[in-house]
Amino acid sequence: MSNDVLILAEHLKGKVSDISFEMTGKGRQLAVAFGGKAVAVMLGSGAAALAATLGADSVLYVDDPALAEFNPQAYGRVLAALINDRAPRLVMVGNTSMGMDLAAGLSVTAGLPLMAYVNGLAAEGGALAATSQIYGGKIQAEAVPDGEACVVSCLAGAFPADAGRVGAGLVPALEQIASPVPLADLQIKFVRMIEPQSGDVDITQQPILVSIGRGIGGQENIELAQELAEALGTAVSASRPVTDAGWLPKTRQVGKSGLTVKPKIYLAFGISGAPEHLEGMRGAETIIAVNTDPKAPIFDVAHYGATCDMLDLLPALTEKIKA
Amino acid sequence: MNIVVPIKQIPNLTDELEINGDGTGLDHDALQYVLNEFDEHAIEEAVLAKEAAGGTVTVIGVDTTGELDGALHTALAKGADKAARITGDFPRGTDSHTQAKLLANAIRSLSPDLVLTGVQAADDRDGQIGPMIAAHLGLPYVGVVTGVAVKDGKAIVHKEYAGGLMGEFEVSLPMVVGVQAAHQPPRYAPVSKVRQIAKTAKIDEIAGDEAAGAGSTVRRMFKPEAAGHAEMWEGGPEEVAEKIAALIKEKGLLKG
Repeated sequence: MSNDVLILAEHLKGKVSDISFEMTGKGRQLAVAFGGKAVAVMLGSGAAALAATLGADSVLYVDDPALAEFNPQAYGRVLAALINDRAPRLVMVGNTSMGMDLAAGLSVTAGLPLMAYVNGLAAEGGALAATSQIYGGKIQAEAVPDGEACVVSCLAGAFPADAGRVGAGLVPALEQIASPVPLADLQIKFVRMIEPQSGDVDITQQPILVSIGRGIGGQENIELAQELAEALGTAVSASRPVTDAGWLPKTRQVGKSGLTVKPKIYLAFGISGAPEHLEGMRGAETIIAVNTDPKAPIFDVAHYGATCDMLDLLPALTEKIKA
Repeated sequence: MNIVVPIKQIPNLTDELEINGDGTGLDHDALQYVLNEFDEHAIEEAVLAKEAAGGTVTVIGVDTTGELDGALHTALAKGADKAARITGDFPRGTDSHTQAKLLANAIRSLSPDLVLTGVQAADDRDGQIGPMIAAHLGLPYVGVVTGVAVKDGKAIVHKEYAGGLMGEFEVSLPMVVGVQAAHQPPRYAPVSKVRQIAKTAKIDEIAGDEAAGAGSTVRRMFKPEAAGHAEMWEGGPEEVAEKIAALIKEKGLLKG
């Protein structure tokens, strides 16, 4: 085993995702503690320029036409081969749409422990401790791997991104290689990207948002939120349960798999505040949360809160706005 | 088409989660368990796929609660055809690595064309079971999926990225899918129907072998300390509405 930290950098549509820089910065810090190097790995086709933006000790760029777009099978094979070959101390993968396809599978194929949903990493006397955010953000679990090597999947926003960008004084060695494993016989084929539907209201452009969650109770109550939004001249946005239920279109979803919004006022009604939702709205200027559960995590990020019934509050507020 | 849906029961997150005496896990006995919500979507997507392309849906889980049958009966009432329970000494809070290994061993003998499971569960500290089952079975895996369509031995799946962007993939069956959301909201099973099924349904019992183990050890579990907390407004809907309206006005966001 080496003492290196292997970091999987992600890119989508020609842009390196922030999680890549966040993990690279943290990975460099840990590599110092382990006495190894932080090696950022990027997979792509003709994307060497993107790889060069990563502020790791060295960058390993794997170039193959089959890696032009994210493909869980191709990525999984290449990473398994690199882990086998280099035996890193720590493998860092994002707890993202891409990383969630990879981390747990790699844990099994490489025979390494996985600690997932990680938002804290520390090397204590050279030993790693990882803190995972579980049970919808209600619990933190600090764990240590049973062996020395392990895989972690890191939550977006857990570590500062700037620490992982290439900057003055750090010019990482960029090594470009061909895929170490054949990628011609994949069962998974990328077909196309589907852009989000346009034509609906753009919730990222509204100065104020009426956002609703599971607490709305049912489709028949959506109207109450819509009346308030109309009075305010804005749109209704929502957390995932509401769009999954089909009560509002996906274009209105705020959060990890939806949109990131930064309005001046974000009204969070009946939203408990799962980490995936908070990821998409915590940058709002003022957050007002209404939820009958006084312990809902949404109150930890909100500026103002109340625990009254949102179904009574919505019409009362609409009336006051109209007045 | 042979569709298998591995499911997992997890603590009901609306309950107060208490940490056990030695501070390394939840006090599981004090908790009520429910089906992982993403598995609800996996069951729905499986029944939709069966309705579209024919076949059977088998729902399977590790009985960590002694109450798995309730979830299996509900799945049968929603349109699943068969149900199986993996038994053994697997307590509440059994890690994902163990559950995935047990499920993979049981699923292998079912020779599925399609395995649909929830993309994640709230207790996946050591990872999600879908990709692990796929790795054990040597099958391709795509997760964060919001729609599966099967045709001519291939599945077309839509995978969500951030910002509403989606990737479309074509995958040769068999495969494992991590379902984020079914392409229709999960259907409701009337209690009377679930009760009826509970009386007559046969649930296959599969003896689980040994626990795989998470490969890591929790040394401290704690509730996060929030960096801040909202200033709470007391009062009923009228008073709260008054305060919100005042704030909106103060920010100059009143229309007109």
